[in-house]
Amino acid sequence: MPTRLSEIIRKHQQTLLSEWIAELKNALGRKLIKDAELEQQCSAFLKALEQGASHGEAASLDNAAWSEMKELLNNVSRSRGLAGYSPSETAMFVFSFKRPLFSRLRKDLSAAEAADEQWNATLVLDQLGLLTTETYQRTREELITRQQQDMLELSTPVVKLWDGVLALPMIGTLDSARTQVVMETLLQRIVETGSAVAILDITGVPTVDTLVAQHLLKTIAAARLMGADCIISGIRPQIAQTIVHLGVDLGTVTTKASLADAFALALQRTGQTVIRVGQARKMKEKDGEAKDRKERE
Amino acid sequence: MERIPILRMGKYLLVTIQVDMHDRLAMQLQEDLTTRIAKEQSRGVLIDISALDIVDSFIGRMLADIAGMSRVLDAQTVVVGMQPAVAITLVELGLSLHGVRTALDVERGMKLLEESIGEATRAGADEGDGPGDER
Repeated sequence: MPTRLSEIIRKHQQTLLSEWIAELKNALGRKLIKDAELEQQCSAFLKALEQGASHGEAASLDNAAWSEMKELLNNVSRSRGLAGYSPSETAMFVFSFKRPLFSRLRKDLSAAEAADEQWNATLVLDQLGLLTTETYQRTREELITRQQQDMLELSTPVVKLWDGVLALPMIGTLDSARTQVVMETLLQRIVETGSAVAILDITGVPTVDTLVAQHLLKTIAAARLMGADCIISGIRPQIAQTIVHLGVDLGTVTTKASLADAFALALQRTGQTVIRVGQARKMKEKDGEAKDRKERE
Repeated sequence: MERIPILRMGKYLLVTIQVDMHDRLAMQLQEDLTTRIAKEQSRGVLIDISALDIVDSFIGRMLADIAGMSRVLDAQTVVVGMQPAVAITLVELGLSLHGVRTALDVERGMKLLEESIGEATRAGADEGDGPGDER
């Protein structure tokens, strides 16, 4: 039996639309998208619903007639997920349509017919609501995965401080997965730049437990195998206390309190030095004088 | 039979591993190298493994063993040019090759050998025992 849903929607499209939008605005409370956009989404929804109801079996959304509706809801739900709506607010987009629709059904149809149609409409709208939530969830999950990926990449930069000196400012907790990434990028950069010293700066690592220390030592051992020395810097006083209390043995590793100290040591190890411009000029002058004297002699 | 060539450069021996190491080859290298160190009275061994991209625990142990044997024969060992993947594998296997010196490339490895042998000689001369080297 074809439902009369589509017929009713077609007949009362304008009133349904305005009632629904009023209902939606009331239910949402806060406003994160423009009125015009909302109206446009609502009227597109009505059109798609009418089309779906006139062709498809109400109980199943697999029918091709519902494809337009599915696409529309996917878009709506995705845009709301990105705009920062909560899942219930997103699902409310569909569910808030029930009240205007049902009151319209009760007005236009006899009691028995209205009950039937209400049941049909509920079936459809519930499924559509679920679909919205599902898409919303998927959108959020994609977002989270992307952010995780970004964080993993962003949090392990290997920077070249000087000729032959690399620095690795670590930010965030060191777990096994991140240690793996850190180790690989560090070793790769050591090969590329031919650096003999690498500074691991752990200023941004919130806690150092035995596991994190073990990961650090592993990275250092791997770098040493390739022929590069590692210096750990940025050890905060609390972390120094924790390391000693835990009995972690950092005996073979050079540690410095600040990155500046570590950098100075790295320069010293690679046989380089940084001096003030004035000092350099004085030294040059002295050299020149000595040369002059020699020439005169 | 396949062998890994051992080249003499002054008082150093140079070993470049350019083929896939299998266990027999590794044993043969150990044998050859110790014989050569004793015969040539070498003071340093430089092993270049930059072409080696697969290692197992056996090869890892062999590197450590060679270093140990050389030390007994009074020669320093430097391993140079280890690939990142190899370094990670060795660390994951729990072989961090303590007692083996490492360098990024042959040039730096040579410098390291010279420095360490210079130090050893100087220390020996200061104590006044043993014949002084020409260095």
